[in-house]
Amino acid sequence: MRDVDLRIAPGERVLLTGRSGAGKSTLLRALGGLLEPENGDVEGELTVDGEPPDRSRQRVGMVFQDPDSQLVMTRAGDDVAFGLENVGMPRDRIWPAVDAALDAVGFGLGRDRATAALSGGQKQRLVLAGALAPHPGLLLLDEPTAQLDPDGAALVRAAVDRAVADRSATLVVVDHDLEAWLPLVDRVVELLPGGGLTEHPSSWTPPPLRFPVRRAGLPAGEALLRAEAVGYTHRGSDRPALAPTDAALLAGRTLAVTGPNGTGKSTLALLLAGLRAPTSGQLRVGPTLRAGLRRPDRPPARWRAAELVERIGTVFQQPEHQFLTGRVRDELSLGPLRAGADRTSAGRRADDLLERLGLAPLAEANPFTLSGGQQRRLSVATALATRPPVLVLDEPTFGQDRDTWAELVALLAEQQADGRALCLVSHDAAVVDALADDVLRLGNPVPAS
Amino acid sequence: MTAPLTLGPAREVPLSAINPVAQLSAIAVLTVVLLVSGDLVTPSVVLAAELALLPAAGLTTPRSILHRTWPLLLSAAGVAWVNVAFGTLDGAAAWLSGATWGLRVIALALPGVLLVSSTDPVRLADALTLHWRVSTRFAYGALAALRLVPLLATEWQTIRLARRARGVDAGASPGGRLRLFAGTAFALLVGAIRRGSRLATAMDARGFDCGVPRSNARGSALHRRDTWFVVGAVVVCASAVTLSVQTGHWSPVFG
Repeated sequence: MRDVDLRIAPGERVLLTGRSGAGKSTLLRALGGLLEPENGDVEGELTVDGEPPDRSRQRVGMVFQDPDSQLVMTRAGDDVAFGLENVGMPRDRIWPAVDAALDAVGFGLGRDRATAALSGGQKQRLVLAGALAPHPGLLLLDEPTAQLDPDGAALVRAAVDRAVADRSATLVVVDHDLEAWLPLVDRVVELLPGGGLTEHPSSWTPPPLRFPVRRAGLPAGEALLRAEAVGYTHRGSDRPALAPTDAALLAGRTLAVTGPNGTGKSTLALLLAGLRAPTSGQLRVGPTLRAGLRRPDRPPARWRAAELVERIGTVFQQPEHQFLTGRVRDELSLGPLRAGADRTSAGRRADDLLERLGLAPLAEANPFTLSGGQQRRLSVATALATRPPVLVLDEPTFGQDRDTWAELVALLAEQQADGRALCLVSHDAAVVDALADDVLRLGNPVPAS
Repeated sequence: MTAPLTLGPAREVPLSAINPVAQLSAIAVLTVVLLVSGDLVTPSVVLAAELALLPAAGLTTPRSILHRTWPLLLSAAGVAWVNVAFGTLDGAAAWLSGATWGLRVIALALPGVLLVSSTDPVRLADALTLHWRVSTRFAYGALAALRLVPLLATEWQTIRLARRARGVDAGASPGGRLRLFAGTAFALLVGAIRRGSRLATAMDARGFDCGVPRSNARGSALHRRDTWFVVGAVVVCASAVTLSVQTGHWSPVFG
């Protein structure tokens, strides 16, 4: 981030946007007084209420992405009280302030509710209450809905709307979901990658998502993988995580799996990916996928990992779970090597993918140091490296900015055109719209135990 | 699946009415006496008193008692067995020594089980910081970290599956198994550290340890019953030692 000149008036609401890597989170952390000057070069001046931000920290409330790494206490009320205790508020004033903050975000479950038992949206609402309780003059939100499903995200936005309604707090929010936040803000500040910024009024319409040209529907190819009444129940649980479900993955087609939380979408993805064995029903494997297996009679969950990686590629929700090496290039050649390719051809495959996905300048970088969008592209690329006929993706567009989103959709459309079968688990209606040939909607949510 | 690990507010039981620092003081008294005594009578009397408190800690059914104490019973049995098998004594004397050691281990550790089943972790942190001036950074930092433990179990599963999806499994060799375990553990550790530092940032942003003296929303009251609880522990120990001396069994370890 550089050359940023910005003045935000008290009570104003600003949405901060910009390409991934433009410095949105850095600016937010700087405002919150959380940047350590020794870890970088500082230019220019930043003041909050006319003071350096590390001195005004007590007047600032912050909310980050992951609710689980922001809650401290075991009970909802205690957690909201935590910030008030830290600033030494006397006990008799704490509880009225806690109740007011819980009320301000519409958290209706009571002070004694265990924080561990809350849904993601409820947890994030509680985090927001904790940030609001000390009556901050400045509220900073760093992608507060990026890890939530659409219902949870709506819940949090409604809570923010309610909390800033009286204009006693200034709001700066960073989020990739521009449309959803526009009605809540006064203006949009877009940070530019090379430095500087441009501003937009709240009536601004963000440029439309770039959809790939939809190809004419190919005739459905061979059934590569067919799930027959597969279901899954966790050991020791009496409720199934996935009720018996039929699904077919056909060559050249995309099956989207949608439905509310708790219906077993991710579980179905794990079963189709050969990572868990169904506890009821069975997976039928088509001849293309079965060819060359050492034990063709075995179900995917019992294939050797080297056989699996050549046949079914899986992309997990959190890219970081998938990274195994210290270099982007090694990460891409790992799959082919495991599947038995020699070093030269694995290296060539890696270079091809680096070039095609625009990751070539990062070939020597550590995967864990990439930005969120780059990590996502890399995790899809690792699944493509072994050219598996089947691709299973769990929320691939989760928390991605518009550019990464468009790149991903184009990349996946290409895989479809190459005759791969895709299974796409997603809450994101736009990606389902852009890619899916068939939609499997899981219903009747199984209550979380 | 991760139910035994879940850290939530503890269920209120009669023993929860005793302040955690009073419980810890009582435990200190018992520990000193049990460590000094070398006979069978002293730990038996102390243990009888502890067993009488089990219902007050909500441990009423054999199932719930076993659930909380099986690691303890197992280690007590191990200690007893080692004494019988490898001790210098023979015959009845060896069995007596084994039984004494087993009883001491149980009598020493059971108060910890009582404390854990009756005490909410938050109340414990409150009591320690308010009455014993334990550093708030330590007490509440540990509390926040403890919240993350149940998440590790799910994380472990996910990392294992993600590795298989990348073509990495143990294969047939035991060495492969070990490598896979080490790799998964390392990834888990890296993830835990990243999450931990995010938690620390979030706590900083909420003004934790910012130099202002911290207040406490819940407080931690000490009542007369807490004094009586510690006095009770002293009385139990005194009776145990008296009985032991009078029946001629008393044989202090240092003496």
